[in-house]
Amino acid sequence: MSFRVQLEIFEGPLDLLLHLIKKNEVAITDVSLGAITEQYLATLELMQGLNLNVAGEFLVMAATLIHIKSRMLVPADDADQEQEEEDPASDLIQQLLEYQRFKEAAEQLQSREQLRRDVFVRQEPTVENNEGVEFERVSLFDLLSAMRDALAKLPQEAAHEVVLEQASVRDKMSFILDHLRRNGHVLFQSLFGAATSRLEIIVTFLAVLELVRIRALRARQDTHAGPILLELAAPLDAGGGLAQKESEETDGGTRAD
Amino acid sequence: MEREQIKSALESLLFVAEGPLSLRRLGEILAGAESKEIAALLEEIKVACESVGRGIRLVEVAGGYQFRTASENADWVKRLYQLKPQRMSRATLETLAIVAYRQPVTRAEIEKIRGVDVGAVLATLMDRRLLRVVARKDVPGRPFLYGTTPEFLETFSLNDLSQLPTLKEAEELARTSPTANLPAPENSEP
Repeated sequence: MSFRVQLEIFEGPLDLLLHLIKKNEVAITDVSLGAITEQYLATLELMQGLNLNVAGEFLVMAATLIHIKSRMLVPADDADQEQEEEDPASDLIQQLLEYQRFKEAAEQLQSREQLRRDVFVRQEPTVENNEGVEFERVSLFDLLSAMRDALAKLPQEAAHEVVLEQASVRDKMSFILDHLRRNGHVLFQSLFGAATSRLEIIVTFLAVLELVRIRALRARQDTHAGPILLELAAPLDAGGGLAQKESEETDGGTRAD
Repeated sequence: MEREQIKSALESLLFVAEGPLSLRRLGEILAGAESKEIAALLEEIKVACESVGRGIRLVEVAGGYQFRTASENADWVKRLYQLKPQRMSRATLETLAIVAYRQPVTRAEIEKIRGVDVGAVLATLMDRRLLRVVARKDVPGRPFLYGTTPEFLETFSLNDLSQLPTLKEAEELARTSPTANLPAPENSEP
């Protein structure tokens, strides 16, 4: 006898049994467990033949079925009848009925209008949206080749002359303070106009931060994202004192040169 | 407050709310309006939404009221959010069904019904906040007892658990061939 079994994805041994019972077009309670056992084992064999990973639960059920079948072959004696409550066949039938109930309940849940499948509410949390986006897995090699691409795009400088740049935070602080003493105020943005290097811009910025921190100057901004105006925080008649303060405060390690 | 004012306010509240709004909550916000009147107005809004050509429905879900998109527009909404079609696996649905009807229930009890291990499925469902641990069972080992969440009700458009269809009686099932009157199971799931 040869079977043609179209393999479905079975949720477990009970699911497979229900499938076989359905194929035999009988009610669960009327099923011939002998016939079902043969079909069950044949399906299992097929699954193994296809190298499908047959979970342990399928094998446990196979053992149960064989046990039931063997009991049916042996003529019932008195001892067996006393143990009728422990009849594994009727236990299995009950289990199948129970599983069938929930399988149908699951199908009813499935057919209900489902949130985020059929209907939507406003303000979907962004986390949920992100879950829908699948990022591709990248390997270490992908990362390495991406880095190689990035490096290749860097402009090639054949030779680079190294010059020692004479920019220190302290020098810049003095420069800014001198400027303020003469003019009273300065536009923050204009401080960078004369900068000749990236380092000088950074140093200038650090100098401004330091001066604001020691409260030597105040930064003002009248409109959001507008120009920033720097002005002296204290009158300069006590100029020496300020200079003193400035040097004390900055000796501690704000050298960027 | 005038009747029309309340109705207008109700629409605004339901429009901005992140979750379903209960009648009680609406009553608190719209102090001075009687809850009977609010309920009647909500019914009016609901009926108006169901008229032809409207893309929004007012539904009663998880003990409150919520605006939802009309189901016939699901494809367009998915396009907006670039959502992939979400299908719950049979394992997920079966486990959900067992917990929904049998809660509070232990993992072992679920596994007895399904005949397979449900550890991974339970973890996923907890992550998705469709299930939660409600207590521990007073038996050796004190296993967790699982139950459904308000999110479960929201997801399946249920107002409360009593709206779940009654489970078929075992005798009824015994008379019929299994799933004979149901569509073939879907095989699309991995």
